[in-house]
Amino acid sequence: MTTLADPHTESFRLSMLLNDTRYRSLTFQFIALVAIIAFMAFVGGNLVRNLAAAGLNISYEFLGSQAGYDINQRPIEYTSQSTHGRAALVGLLNTLIVAFLACITATIIGVIAGVLRLSNNWIVSKLMSFYVEIFRNVPVLIWILIIFSIMINTAPAPRDFRGDDPAASMWLFDTIAVTNRGVYIPKPVWGEGSLLVLGVFLASIVGIFLFRRYARKQLFDHGRLIPTFWPSVGLFFIPAILAQLVLGSPISLDYPSLQGFNFRGGITILGSLIALWFALAIYTGAFIAENVRAGILAISKGQTEAAGALGLRPNRIMSLVVLPQALRVIIPPLISQYLNITKNSSLAIAVGYMDVTGTLGGITLLQTGRAIETVLLLMLFYLTISLLISFFMNIFNERMKLQER
Amino acid sequence: MKKSVFLGALTVAGVIAGGVQAATLDEVKSRGKLNCGVTTGVPGFAEPDASGVWQGFDVAVCRAVAAAVLGDGNAVEFVPTTGKTRFTALASGEIDMLARNTTWTFSRDVDLKFEFTGVNYYDGQGFMVPKELGVASAKDLDGATVCIQTGTTTELNLADFFRSNNISYEPVPIETGAEAVQQYLAGACDVYTTDASALAAQRANFEDPSAHVLLPEIVSKEPLGPLVRHGDNEWADIVRWTLNAMITAEELGVTSVNLEELSAGSDNPEINRLLGTEGDLGAMLGLEADWAKNALGVAGNYGEVFEKNIGAATPIGLARGLNAQWTDGGLIYSPPFR
Repeated sequence: MTTLADPHTESFRLSMLLNDTRYRSLTFQFIALVAIIAFMAFVGGNLVRNLAAAGLNISYEFLGSQAGYDINQRPIEYTSQSTHGRAALVGLLNTLIVAFLACITATIIGVIAGVLRLSNNWIVSKLMSFYVEIFRNVPVLIWILIIFSIMINTAPAPRDFRGDDPAASMWLFDTIAVTNRGVYIPKPVWGEGSLLVLGVFLASIVGIFLFRRYARKQLFDHGRLIPTFWPSVGLFFIPAILAQLVLGSPISLDYPSLQGFNFRGGITILGSLIALWFALAIYTGAFIAENVRAGILAISKGQTEAAGALGLRPNRIMSLVVLPQALRVIIPPLISQYLNITKNSSLAIAVGYMDVTGTLGGITLLQTGRAIETVLLLMLFYLTISLLISFFMNIFNERMKLQER
Repeated sequence: MKKSVFLGALTVAGVIAGGVQAATLDEVKSRGKLNCGVTTGVPGFAEPDASGVWQGFDVAVCRAVAAAVLGDGNAVEFVPTTGKTRFTALASGEIDMLARNTTWTFSRDVDLKFEFTGVNYYDGQGFMVPKELGVASAKDLDGATVCIQTGTTTELNLADFFRSNNISYEPVPIETGAEAVQQYLAGACDVYTTDASALAAQRANFEDPSAHVLLPEIVSKEPLGPLVRHGDNEWADIVRWTLNAMITAEELGVTSVNLEELSAGSDNPEINRLLGTEGDLGAMLGLEADWAKNALGVAGNYGEVFEKNIGAATPIGLARGLNAQWTDGGLIYSPPFR
């Protein structure tokens, strides 16, 4: 008769670290960890020793000293008297501005191109595959340079606007000037009562959200489909415009005008920003288009057919049935594309856009000679931005995932 | 197996770390080649010619030092550096010296721990504008858009100049001189500012040079010269006195033509000391007695190098101006060889 004995509990012996498969992998991982730490400590110590031997030391004091150089796009107050730290901050904000604009534009371009590439219209789908293949397969730096040089060589210089019979003229009733240095647009001037107009505008945005939620509830509870697009557009513009008229135009516009060498007044959108923004957007848009196409193709054709059998029109099938499911496939690679845009924006110096690589990693590095410090700081900046984007996009992804109950 | 790979890696790393940095002179001698940092290409100053051989005013300094140390002006490895990489390359020991239109400033000398060994070109920052703008002075440039090479001393001078004159400007930062010219000609900036010598050289290449004017203001001093790392004084002396040898040779009338003849001995004791037939200046530097003769044998004296690369007869067409010998009213002056 055999009885099932308790498994023999063996006391732990040191040799088991190598011989027992339960511990062996841990042993090797531990050895590898120690080796990596030792190596990093060795490399770091070596660096510090060599720097000390050369009479240099790692110090971030330069961040507090006067920068001495000017920056052409200043989202916050900055003069050449400001510190290197502030210059780095201006650069960081400029990086975020171009990355934000490019992410949004690339998403719009990518979704449209991705959907249209699957269109039944032969010309449209071929045009879109042409766009995707052309832009995906040429490095983004080339696109930045192409767009920039097209811009500076085709748009008129400010001096062409001068004289009685100018070679160039402003657009939209003399309100927008397109030059090879950038685009000058009117700037809002906040007069008395403008807060009220702004309040009305914010209230109408809240109203749009509430209206859409109501429409959704009606659809789900009662099966009634309320049009949302045009009412949303109306809500967005009409109340604010009415408020502006009723209150006697508290928000006025400051128009750009040609004074001296340049246009002054209004808001300047630098040519370098435009070139970088569009190059990043159309380049990454091509990748996003492929993600969108992959996402749509991942949805079984049966879904489309079933929706069609219910009598839905093609655009509703796309927006109500296919895209919401496809989003689950699209979002994870989309996160990588947003990270790519942010990191690729460091090519800004090619067109003279002062992002954080241009200020901290460019001029500050050169003026102070603090190469190691600035590069470490740059790595920290990009790492932080990337991790933040990842973090928020993953939250979004979590919400879009199939809700399992 | 794993263990041995790891130990092997440790050994390799240890050997690399253990190699104490030898004195630059010994290192150059044992390598048999001088690593010299130059620009990525500025006409007249440092540029590879059609057959890929580096030529130019700054290149001549590299070759002279190589000849003084190794007896061969071709024993040079030219390392092209940008404005961005030049200091890192020198500080890290990738190059032994830098001869690259670099302005001698206090902070570079003191804070960045470099040693400027002299001035081989006295320059100053100027402004170029299209004639049609009708600007006569840099003080009329209020509101102008200015193209500028980023990370240079000119960038700081520009900010100072406009601030001290209480006028505003829009900077357009640009990485290389070629890009700056392209943008300037397209009208993307009103003004191009850099060292006056470079402005003159680039204007000479324009389709219509007369349509552009150089404004009278020179807003800065830009003494350009070779530099080495702090802390190796013997090496700094060698670079410094090689440049001085070229300058003294011009002053004393030693040229590539009469070099052989004079090195046999002359009745001027300073020439004899310079060329090693009298005294032991070479030994004091740790070099052969004929070190200066070798250096001068490469391209001749300072004046000859100037005329051959950037002088009035070249397309660059720079006048000697400040860079004439002190005996001709210029600033070029070498301490005596004594």
